[in-house]
Amino acid sequence: MTAKASPVRQATVGELIGMLIAAACVLPLIVIAALTENSGYAFHAMLGVVAALVGVVLIANRCFDGSVAVEPQEIGGKPNYNFGPVKFATVAAMFWGIAGFTVGLIIALQLAFPDLNFDLPWTNFGRMRPLHTSAVVFAFGGNVLISTSFYVVQRTCRARLAGVLSPWFVVLGYNLFIVIAGTGYLLGITQSKEYAEPEWYADLWLTIVWVVYLLVFLGTVMKRKEPHIYVANWFYLGFILTIAVLHIGNNVAIPVSILSPKSFGLWSGVQDAMFQWWYGHNAVGFFLTAGFLAIVYYFVPKRAERPIYSYRLSIIHFWALIFIYIWAGPHHLHYTALPDWAQTLGMTFSIMLWMPSWGGMINGIMTLSGAWDRLRTDPVLRMMVVSLAFYGMSTFEGPLMSIKAVNGLSHYTDWTIGHVHSGALGWVAYISFGAIYCLVPWLWNRKQLYSLKLVSWHFWVSTLGIVLYISAMWVSGILQGLMWRAYTSLGFLEYSFIETVAAMHPFYVIRAMGGALFLIGALIMAFNLWMTVRSESVAAMPRSDETQAPLAAAV
Amino acid sequence: MQTTYHWLAGFAQSAGLLYFVGVFLGVCAYAFWPKNRARFEEAALSPLRED
Repeated sequence: MTAKASPVRQATVGELIGMLIAAACVLPLIVIAALTENSGYAFHAMLGVVAALVGVVLIANRCFDGSVAVEPQEIGGKPNYNFGPVKFATVAAMFWGIAGFTVGLIIALQLAFPDLNFDLPWTNFGRMRPLHTSAVVFAFGGNVLISTSFYVVQRTCRARLAGVLSPWFVVLGYNLFIVIAGTGYLLGITQSKEYAEPEWYADLWLTIVWVVYLLVFLGTVMKRKEPHIYVANWFYLGFILTIAVLHIGNNVAIPVSILSPKSFGLWSGVQDAMFQWWYGHNAVGFFLTAGFLAIVYYFVPKRAERPIYSYRLSIIHFWALIFIYIWAGPHHLHYTALPDWAQTLGMTFSIMLWMPSWGGMINGIMTLSGAWDRLRTDPVLRMMVVSLAFYGMSTFEGPLMSIKAVNGLSHYTDWTIGHVHSGALGWVAYISFGAIYCLVPWLWNRKQLYSLKLVSWHFWVSTLGIVLYISAMWVSGILQGLMWRAYTSLGFLEYSFIETVAAMHPFYVIRAMGGALFLIGALIMAFNLWMTVRSESVAAMPRSDETQAPLAAAV
Repeated sequence: MQTTYHWLAGFAQSAGLLYFVGVFLGVCAYAFWPKNRARFEEAALSPLRED
């Protein structure tokens, strides 16, 4: 960075409060680290100490590095957008994405070749699997959602992000949560709830970060210059608000002591299971669906340079989706102790979900009507449209699998894994890739991507990977389900469990190959983005405020 | 206990159905109200306008 005249200034009240809170955390955390008997917990407490100290330094440094106390809301009549936190979250998303895909490949190989567990606790499949799911869902997906939501809400409201320190607090605080959660799994700290493995202290930290996220988002919407709140913001708001409620509801727990990472949930028995899957399915519905549909409603029209096919359909899509999704959770508990009527309710709402899901898919794809040739010429748009096709496919498959009779065959088998990955790789990751391919040139002020040809390579390599992955899991899952329920003429089970495991080996190898291709695609993408930022083809019409982001410029 | 359960289940099944259908009709009316058409068309174009 070029040396600027940097007058030292007095800290604002907000900066003082921020430094005081961060500094006040240091001593108690050191005491906890010293007194606890759990070494993993002590490590997390020390991580907290480091984070608090870094926080103090970062805030204090603002008084010396020449940054203004409060940035002007507008410069020359145009909104003075705050893109620093957006850039950081975009880079973090790519980093965590590649980390998460790599761990996914490792555990896929562990299933095919169990020797790769290395007989070590930290590299055991049981600890690596939640690391993979959290890394891809919360670290990759979460950073994509934070970066795009902070970008979209500013552009569609034509207002600067609310808050001075708080947007940075959201981005950095969220990534600190990711580090605590991920290292915790490897060290054996978990409350063993799917998608909600982090223990009580990590949950409390995320709650604070999430509430600030909601306030920053709402604050920006409230100072908008546009009369109408664009539909993408409705989806983002639905996502942020619901995740807050779900996270708190599923994690109400009492810690054993402040010196222990262990806690006990307030819910027990079947209520606990119902709460968990109400949370778990809505993590899919609101985190992995509503948030990414917001991306569709902004980035697809933007890239296609045409308005969304039907704005009125988007309104019905939004309200129908959020009202129906929240009831679908019980379909994860078919044929369990959950009352029958609750299972049927979950199944019925899951089937009804087909309608709003396909309404949204049609709305997204038909945005291209009249510009279909762009699919041939623009691989970024092609990626986004294929993601919508995968969305349509997995939201057809999901309701199908929620039907009790089908679930009797599919549940607990690899079919579920195949279904999740057709949604996660095909829909969520592809729409994220498309959005990041759009965002990076906009944020770093570049004319275009370094190479569209590399985007094409990324597209085809990872599509091949997805096809290998999901078809292997379909075959393996149905094979597994049929073998489990096969009887001999005398009424005995035809296969022992280990025979079903052995039968799946070839499909596990194919799945790992698919995962490897997907990872290679992401590496091609990272290279392309790196070269885009490094290239010197500055956009003719400046689209971002380069000078506003000293931290991200260093990245 | 039994009566409370039945009362609650009956209420949820009837009032819940009416509530959801009502909300859905309300949303449809809002989306398709002729007066709102211009506003929504304007909103659809808003992300494409550069500032």
